[in-house]
Parts: sequence; C-alpha cells; structure tokens
Amino acid sequence: MEWQGQGMVIASRPHGEHAVILDVLTPERGRYAGLLRGGQSRRMAPLLQPGNILSLAWRARLEDQLGTFTAELQRDRAGRLMADRRMLAGLAAVSGLLAHALPERLHLPGIYERSSELLDLMPLTPAWTLAYLRWELALLEALGYGLELDRCAVRGTNEDLCFVSPRTGRAVSRQAAGEWADRLLPLPDCLKGQGPAPDEEIALALVTTGHFLQRHVPPQRSGQAIPASRARLVELLRRGMPGRAAPA
Amino acid sequence: MSAKPPASIDALIELLAKLPGLGPRSARRAVLHLVARRSQLLHPLAEAMTEVAATARECLNCGNIATGDLCPICLDDRRATGQICVVEDVADLWAMERGGAFGGRYHVLGGTLSALDAVGPEDLGLPRLADRIETEQVTEVILALGATVDGQTTAHYISDMLDGRTRVTSLAKGVPVGGELDYLDDGTIAAALAARTRL
Repeated sequence: MEWQGQGMVIASRPHGEHAVILDVLTPERGRYAGLLRGGQSRRMAPLLQPGNILSLAWRARLEDQLGTFTAELQRDRAGRLMADRRMLAGLAAVSGLLAHALPERLHLPGIYERSSELLDLMPLTPAWTLAYLRWELALLEALGYGLELDRCAVRGTNEDLCFVSPRTGRAVSRQAAGEWADRLLPLPDCLKGQGPAPDEEIALALVTTGHFLQRHVPPQRSGQAIPASRARLVELLRRGMPGRAAPA
Repeated sequence: MSAKPPASIDALIELLAKLPGLGPRSARRAVLHLVARRSQLLHPLAEAMTEVAATARECLNCGNIATGDLCPICLDDRRATGQICVVEDVADLWAMERGGAFGGRYHVLGGTLSALDAVGPEDLGLPRLADRIETEQVTEVILALGATVDGQTTAHYISDMLDGRTRVTSLAKGVPVGGELDYLDDGTIAAALAARTRL
C-alpha cells in the first residue's frame, strides 16, 4: 500500500532515538500518521513544525499498519507565524485542536482547505481571529455537531437571538430565554456571522464553541480535555493583547 | 549448543543496550572492551558510576545537575550578575557553557509547554523561576529556548508571567556562523531579516 501527496504537519512526537511519529492533515485522506525515520535529525526536525506543508510518500505492507513516511518540505509556514505571539497561539490552537479532534484516516471535506486558508491568512490581517472562530464552527459542523444559530429553538423567530442552548447547540432569543438566561451560553453577533468584532467578543464566542468541543468531541489522544493551546489563545484575545514579536 | 555469556555479563549488556546510541550489538562490544581492560576502564567506570549514583541530584535552585544541594554555578558568587538564562534542559545549559559567552546563572525548565503531551506551567519549574526574580534581584531573564512552536509558546508564557517584574529577552534567530543563505529555510531567513542590525 502506498500513496503520495501533500500534507500539513499537525504534530510529531519522538519515537526511539532517531524517528518520529508524524501526524499530518492531508487534503484527500484526512488525518494520517506514520513513522518518519530520521525525523529527529538536525536536517528534518525543523521541517516538522506544525503548519508546514510537506511532500509526502506513505508506504506500508498492509493498509491498517502505521506505515512509514518519507517527507520533503514544500512550504515553510511555521517560521513566519512563530514571530508573533498571537499568530503563534493561533497556530498552536489550530494544530492542537486538529490533533485533538480529528479521527485518523477519516476525510472530512473542507477541513484541510479551511485550516490551510486560516494559517495563510494570519500574517495578512489581524482579522484572522474572526476567521479562527468560523474555522471552529466549521470543524464542529464537519464532525457532525454543527450549531444552529439562525433561529430561536423555542419560538422559531430570528429576532433578538442572544443565547445558545448548551445542550442542543441551538440559538435562543432573549424573550424565550427568560429566567433561564444565566444557564445559557452567550451568542455574540460575531458568532452569528455578523461582521467584524473586537477580540473580546470573539473570545466570548469561543467560550460557546469551546463548550461544544469539550462536550461532543472525544479526544483522539490520551484522554486529554481540549488542548491548553486553545485556552491560551482565548486568554490572549480576552485580555486584548496585541500581536508582539518574541522578546528581544 | 550455544554458549551464552554469564548472567551478570548478560545483564550488563542488557542495561548498556538501553543507553542512547547503543543497541544490543554495540553493548556487547562495549562490555567485551570493558572486560578486556578491567583495571584501566571497568573498575574506574564502576567507581565513577557508583559515586555519581550516590551524589548526583538536581540543583535546588536552578535545576542543573549537581552533587550537592546547589550546583557549582549557583554557588559561584561571581555569577550573581543579575542575569538568568532560561534553558529547556541540562544539555542546553552545557551547550551555553561550552560557548563561554554567558557569565550569569541559569534556570533549567526540564521541558517546554506542550499541549499535545499535556505539559503545563506547573510541570515546569516556573513558580521557582518567579521566586528567583525577587530573591536574586534579577535584572534580566534571557530566554534560550528552541525555535519550535512549543519552545516559543513557552517563551511567550514566561514573558507574560514576568511582565513588569524584570527585563525579558530572548536569543536572536537567524543565520548561523558558517551558514549560507541558500541552505536556510524560509522561516529562518524571515526571522534573520526581521532581526537585522545596523553595521
């Protein structure tokens, strides 16, 4: 069994003295893992940073074996994103969530493209944080837990939608919420897809998406909760911290 | 019939084979070499290992390897320069010391923050680093962490943690000595360009 194609690094972990288990997200085959011999070498290790695009060849004797990769760098993306603390936090959150949430070898249409577009957008505009929020919504939808935020779950109207039911993921209007409002999740305008928003509002929206990621998405590795890298991004946005280069 | 080595030698081979860089074959060669040079190598090695096993421990102050409660660097008053260099592990500390360009003290984290491996701030020696800022009147913390996503995430975390308490700097990233631009990756060239200096 073998295939060739490109893949975006989402994680790598040492295996023995020289090799790594490389986790990549591919456009056609979803998340794929394999052994990369020499992955800890001086030449290879810098190429295996999350976000980088590799040219890959995967080979195994049987389809369900782990298999081995050979890899070559196609595009370096991590180096540029690492220079800014917010972009770095974004990169770590994206790669962490992909590794956390995506089952292996399950192709979810659009996830590779959206993830790649988001990482490409980061150096171009500070508004990438809003794109990150939409990426999380798309990830939830692709995993089968899309939120229904266009009409009230109780009254069926689309006016004054302010909350999300933590159980069903459906919008609830202010009138329908009544005394239950304090038990519901916030539904800021940016979560409804209504235009640009300050980072604090995006952080509020991420509380809502975070609830559903936590509730519905089973961790693919070691039973961890949502990766801490996502919490760090939310914290940076909540504090309104501007992007800043590494201390110098 | 196959003649196996005596059990004690077999056990030694098995243990040596677990060391980095050694496998069963090289471990067998090493053991044969040691046995053949018993007085020059085997006895001194056994004594040295016994002593290290009895005395080696983590420096209570910085996390370096020491043979007492404090390592020689922390005991040396001349190194109380007000600068602390934060490194990921002891191998990095030794690399800095080989360079001989740094005259201050160190702080060894023992790893980096890693979301996938669930390594959080409490797993590293960060509270102890914060304490040292006050007790040692530190004027500058130099972050000498890897240019990896995890290394830089840790650097930013420490920078935020110490914000306003002391000056925090990090090692520059760019063209290595003897390096040629043609062989550098895009990220390193971008970082080197951003950190360019006036001649």
